[in-house]
Amino acid sequence: MSDEVILQVKDLKTYFTVDEGVVKAVDGVSFELHRGETLGIVGESGSGKSVTNLSIINLIPMPPGKIAGGQVLFHGKDMLTMSPNEIREIRGNKISMIFQDPMTSLNPFLRISTQMVETIVLHQGLSKEESKTKAIEMLKLAGIPAPEKRIDQYPHQFSGGMRQRVMIAMGLSCNPEILIADEPTSALDVTIQAQILELMQELTRRLGTAVILITHSLGVVAGMCNTICVMYAGRIVERGRTEEIFESPRHPYTMGLIRSVPRLDQETRGRLYSIPGQPPNVIDLPDCCPFYPRCDKVMDICKKKYPPTVPFEKEQSAACWLYAKEAQNA
Amino acid sequence: MPDHEILLDVRGLKMHFPIRTGFFSKAKNFIYAVDGVDFQVRKGETLGLVGESGCGKSTTARAIAQLYKPTAGEVYLNNLDLTKANGQELLAARKNMQMVFQDPYASLNPRMTAGDIIAEPVRIFKKNGLMEASKDEIDDRVEQLMEKVGLSRFFKNRYPHEFSGGQRQRIGIARALALNPELILCDEPVSALDVSIQSQILNLFRDLQDEFGLTYLFIAHDLSVIKYISTRVAVMYLGLIVEIADAGDLYKNPLHPYTEALLSAAPIPDPKIEAKRHRIILTGDVPSPDKQRPGCNFYDRCPKHMDICKKVRPALKETEPGHQVSCFLYHKPE
Repeated sequence: MSDEVILQVKDLKTYFTVDEGVVKAVDGVSFELHRGETLGIVGESGSGKSVTNLSIINLIPMPPGKIAGGQVLFHGKDMLTMSPNEIREIRGNKISMIFQDPMTSLNPFLRISTQMVETIVLHQGLSKEESKTKAIEMLKLAGIPAPEKRIDQYPHQFSGGMRQRVMIAMGLSCNPEILIADEPTSALDVTIQAQILELMQELTRRLGTAVILITHSLGVVAGMCNTICVMYAGRIVERGRTEEIFESPRHPYTMGLIRSVPRLDQETRGRLYSIPGQPPNVIDLPDCCPFYPRCDKVMDICKKKYPPTVPFEKEQSAACWLYAKEAQNA
Repeated sequence: MPDHEILLDVRGLKMHFPIRTGFFSKAKNFIYAVDGVDFQVRKGETLGLVGESGCGKSTTARAIAQLYKPTAGEVYLNNLDLTKANGQELLAARKNMQMVFQDPYASLNPRMTAGDIIAEPVRIFKKNGLMEASKDEIDDRVEQLMEKVGLSRFFKNRYPHEFSGGQRQRIGIARALALNPELILCDEPVSALDVSIQSQILNLFRDLQDEFGLTYLFIAHDLSVIKYISTRVAVMYLGLIVEIADAGDLYKNPLHPYTEALLSAAPIPDPKIEAKRHRIILTGDVPSPDKQRPGCNFYDRCPKHMDICKKVRPALKETEPGHQVSCFLYHKPE
């Protein structure tokens, strides 16, 4: 991980217009990604993790979606104002993506070779022959046995774990600077998950790829990421280095989340801690802290205004009135 | 547990599904989803059943509930063999055995209100003359159950789509409680839920157990969930139980190489521990259960396999009091 910032997301807002109103799926998200860094985005379903990343690579269906504001700077250039051609140069090439369900993200009618070669020919300008050699090499790196034979098979001939390996090989085949992995192991079994995570870690380290890892599993981020963003109701409520987030979480949501997971390595006596209530509906959310109805440290101001992001030591920050000066003055 | 009164006794349960190639053709091949499992569930305990997808956990639960007709074996609930029970006996036995399913979206009828869903088991029993209940009694019961599982009784007339995933799972739990059963078969009841909701539902299961003295057969693939909820744990692999032990014992002292690998593969939400951990990464995938192997089912992936493992299937044997394992590392073949 170096100090060079390769991706900077500034105040990103992605809204969806539905019959009931406006869904503010992402509402002012900012973060940076350094070269070679592994950044984890954690949150529950509907918190806006996936929409954030789809917005980055311009894959939001418009309408009903709309990027209502913000910037996504890739090497200083705003990707949100680029033309479709410019985006295509980057997407799949400099920034690639792997998704949760490898069966739905591979075309079932095409051989693996066709799908992999297509990407390499398009982005790397190699001939078909050369591309196939490159594809076989990537499959081999991804730990697929007999890649020369397997490359001519169809997706259904691979198991879930093997398909995810194919996706990783494909995602890394153009030597991207950033790999966005959206719940890459959530559909897989524990022992296969361990295989895939190890593979991702090893390959991205070797190739120097920065990774944005989206997941709901705190266990996965703990083992994989340098830094973590915790999302709730479309906003980042806490950011920091992995050690700090787990050691001294600041936001009550992060604290609650960490405490509510049953632990394999500890005895849980009595009841498990649980955050009361449910995640809010993000349609027409009022401008207050969306977590206040579930928060055990709620104050009056939390119900009136969205808290500012307060910085702490070691690059940690949290959006909570507990730490803001204004709250004490008010 | 001082009294080991056995509520559910499963003996040699097998569930094979035929693979037919044509409509009229005779089945030549089988999926050996469950291939001979024996275990007992004691009154008041939670037996956790853990394993990866396709290992036969859900099939075991469904075969116990007689939702599938088991290929072989016996299932005794309060000393009645359910596999040989006739329709009326089975219906009566179901009063003591209810089920909670994984997907709270698919297991509730979208055209019925929450109140009707919860009342249905009682209505069925009433219709079959197995229970007396007036309309008001049923209404009271539904409201009482809804409050018990943490739902407002004012939601009685709402339809499933108006509830969130966690709330739907609460409806499913209320339905399972409606007949005051002794045993609830829980088939992955929390795996479709978010972290913060999952802990609420797990606590609910525990509270209900304390209050009503329930017995659970609790299926999950998440080892930390199983650890939290279970008294004893059974680990399944490819249609067989490979290890059963008290929860604490199993997690401290896993014997079977598969249990060891499973425990070491599960991520722990603590970066310091994660950095230091030694992982046993298993090679390959879980094989398809479409053939019966002469030896140990885990042979191909086992880091400690021996010659004998390929030829003889290890039996599930007690190595220490209360700890059974099926592996030749711990007992010699007969």
